Amino acid sequence: MTSALGRDLASIVGERHVRSARAERVTYAMDGLPTHRRLPDLVVLPGTREELIAVVRLLAALDVPFVPRGAGTGLSGGALADVGSVLLVLTRLNRILRIDRDNRLAVVEPGVVNAKLGAAAKPHGLQYAPDPSSQSACTIGGNVAENAGGPHCLKYGVTANHILALEVLLADGSLVEIGSPAGESWGPDLVGVFVGSEGNFGIATRVTVRLTPIPRAVRTLLADFSAIRTAGEAVSAIIAAGIVPAALEMMDQSCIRAVEDSVYAAGYPRDAAAVLLVEIDGRNADAVLAETEVVTELLGKSGARSVRSAASEAERERLWQGRKKAFGAMGRLSRDLVVQDAVVPRSALPQVLETIATIAQRYGLVVSNVFHAGDGNLHPNISFDATDPALKQRVEAASAEIMETCIAAGGTITGEHGVGIDKLRYMPLIFDAESLGAMHAVRKVFDPEERVNPGKVVPLHACREWASANAGASPRGQPRAVA
Amino acid sequence: MTILEKVTALLGEGAVLEAGTDRVPRVAPGSPDAIALLLGTAHQEGWRVRIEGAGTWLQSDAPADLALTTRRLDRIPAIEPSDLTATAEAGIGLDQLRQQLADRGAWLAIDPPGLAGRTLGSVVSTATAGPLRHGFGPIKDHLLGVTFVTGDGRMVQSGGRVMKNVAGYDLTRLQAGGFGAFGVIVLVHLRLRTLPRADVTYVLEGAREDLTQVGEDIAAAGLTPAALELVSPALARRERWVLAVRLAGSPALVAADEAGLGAASGGGRFAPLRAEEAHAFWMRLAEGFAVRPVTFRIGGVPTASDELLDLLQHQLGDEWISASPAAGAIRWTGDASVDRLQRLRRTLAGLEVPLTLERAPWALRGAVGHFGAYREGVGPLVAGLRRTFDPGGALVVATEGT
Repeated sequence: MTSALGRDLASIVGERHVRSARAERVTYAMDGLPTHRRLPDLVVLPGTREELIAVVRLLAALDVPFVPRGAGTGLSGGALADVGSVLLVLTRLNRILRIDRDNRLAVVEPGVVNAKLGAAAKPHGLQYAPDPSSQSACTIGGNVAENAGGPHCLKYGVTANHILALEVLLADGSLVEIGSPAGESWGPDLVGVFVGSEGNFGIATRVTVRLTPIPRAVRTLLADFSAIRTAGEAVSAIIAAGIVPAALEMMDQSCIRAVEDSVYAAGYPRDAAAVLLVEIDGRNADAVLAETEVVTELLGKSGARSVRSAASEAERERLWQGRKKAFGAMGRLSRDLVVQDAVVPRSALPQVLETIATIAQRYGLVVSNVFHAGDGNLHPNISFDATDPALKQRVEAASAEIMETCIAAGGTITGEHGVGIDKLRYMPLIFDAESLGAMHAVRKVFDPEERVNPGKVVPLHACREWASANAGASPRGQPRAVA
Repeated sequence: MTILEKVTALLGEGAVLEAGTDRVPRVAPGSPDAIALLLGTAHQEGWRVRIEGAGTWLQSDAPADLALTTRRLDRIPAIEPSDLTATAEAGIGLDQLRQQLADRGAWLAIDPPGLAGRTLGSVVSTATAGPLRHGFGPIKDHLLGVTFVTGDGRMVQSGGRVMKNVAGYDLTRLQAGGFGAFGVIVLVHLRLRTLPRADVTYVLEGAREDLTQVGEDIAAAGLTPAALELVSPALARRERWVLAVRLAGSPALVAADEAGLGAASGGGRFAPLRAEEAHAFWMRLAEGFAVRPVTFRIGGVPTASDELLDLLQHQLGDEWISASPAAGAIRWTGDASVDRLQRLRRTLAGLEVPLTLERAPWALRGAVGHFGAYREGVGPLVAGLRRTFDPGGALVVATEGT
């Protein structure tokens, strides 16, 4: 990549917002997943929407591929840029443009941090419900790209359920507005198609999100179990009772001990095989209390050794901190951590968890489970040292077996982290060549030359050929072999 | 060979139904593969095909060489009460699906307009949510995945059958509300809920403005109704406007909301409906939108609801109207000309409010289109998606109008 391009970009965003030195670019070589590393040629940090548009139009004119990136907290290698690509970091586009209390919506720029939007909505009695564990750092633009989830998505839904409208900057530098403030679309639901497209369809430059009332009553329970299987069965019992908790999270013993050994110690019983963190919320205290009593009884009947209710907001926050910082706490176990992501039918949880334990044992690996049990969304985390090539290979092989187990149980390969580059290899296990070809063809409608975030999501070698409506240049980023 | 002879040779005599009044040959393939075969052939032969379900919602009058009905795709391959998921073919009637789910203690929390036998595929492809949208979201929120057949006969899967899924692009949401422009939905994976242990409906009659205020008070009071619907007198078959509140969920939740309802009713008195009365009330409301020739929905923010209702009253009349103000959804049905609909759509566009034409005779929907003109830059994207999923233009769908 030429220094002339760096100079042209600097003329748009200012010299200090173009990073070309290797030491600066290394900062952006990874996301939250330590198994993939790509060094971008240039890193650009536009500070305004207008600068961003000018940058994308320049890159379009020069036919340069680019990768949009938020805070880099993703867990699929989705925001990594290869040689020959420019990395567009959007964290400086961080303004909350409007909060409309009466219509319960907000309009934000893509670099707004998830938790900051929540904090801004709070004085209005509102919340932005999707709450990924990285919410103190991750951005709304990244959440849109990945269709991010979080513990409270069990009741409130994932990002896709909370995006009303988008202004989108396409690869050619043109702007389109999709969706409407009331959520009804102008034509087909292009917002629904865009959310979760992992940056392949363009950049969301303005995001209109739905806000929901902050629940007036909250009860948080911690139940501990002597076997993972019984904890899994308790999850099914609660759901079958017709109660939808705000969150229903599970942690296994390995995870519990990592948390309890860390600064995030939450008072989880160290000898428990698993704990369930259950939160019931609502706008009526009596109803919340009544549902909490039902849940407490179900937990007891399902084999919980004890059920503890958070007695104060401080205790509730402590219980949640342990859960949300569990990934960080697991950093104590080893140098590196692979955070996996898969979904299985809820009823398959006990069996799948046992199989994962067997896989871990067979490969001699430490696998800790902390996950959204109510959704069946597993996060098996493998602790390892990436500098050991043999160990890294075992991790890769075990990860693949875990994915195959989840697929065999009727599940899928990712519930909230996305495909990125990490899960490209698994896509043909759940989609046939025709369906992958359809996805590729749709991508080419939005980005005919495949210049935005090339090489992600769809494994081109596994696609059946589709005559795309907007066929452009050869696909970038992956070898092409038509099935 | 005629088209009918070719179709008979392709799918067998059993798949051919009696033609409708417009004499367009009607075929009912018995499997997704048969639909793929038929559409692949239609693409090669240059036939234009209109898609039908049970024929109870959208008028079966689009000019076409062939009518393809999904009504024989009426199986329910899976109901998983413990996972709260189900998989159903697109031609299953909602009444049958509801019954089978209820037998297993499960509930699909949608109540779309139309007759009881309206097919699942029709509801999904037109994204026609009913009053339960207030509490449980639009149709797309109830979908885990779909399988569809493109206009050139390719079978495509999207999503899956688990609660969360971000593997690949979300083509399910493209199909939900796509009016069949991007393919024919053949199989749907559904997100269910447990049958509510308590389910009650209250109604309050009064002037529209007063009821609107009561609705706002209910929301402000923190009640969480499954439905909160403002219904015109003709549609409700009452003397005055009706605010209908449906509370559904756990007994504790419903009891708490019932207690709060009186305080929020602004001095009026909500009347509870007996179970059979409630059933009849909601069914009448749903069926009311399938009787008159034209039905459309508009989506405006909650604070614009009053203004939008006034606008509809002024431009088209408000005899047959139902609104879920907090969900930003208003549905109108009646008779309207092309000119009046186009004028209304232009006015609404100026207010940033989309109008989606849900059903109308072909002469009208062909001119006005389900969606009308797109915003700047969106048209090429939609056209590109249409060419991708129906490269030969086999599927007859009035998306934009003329």
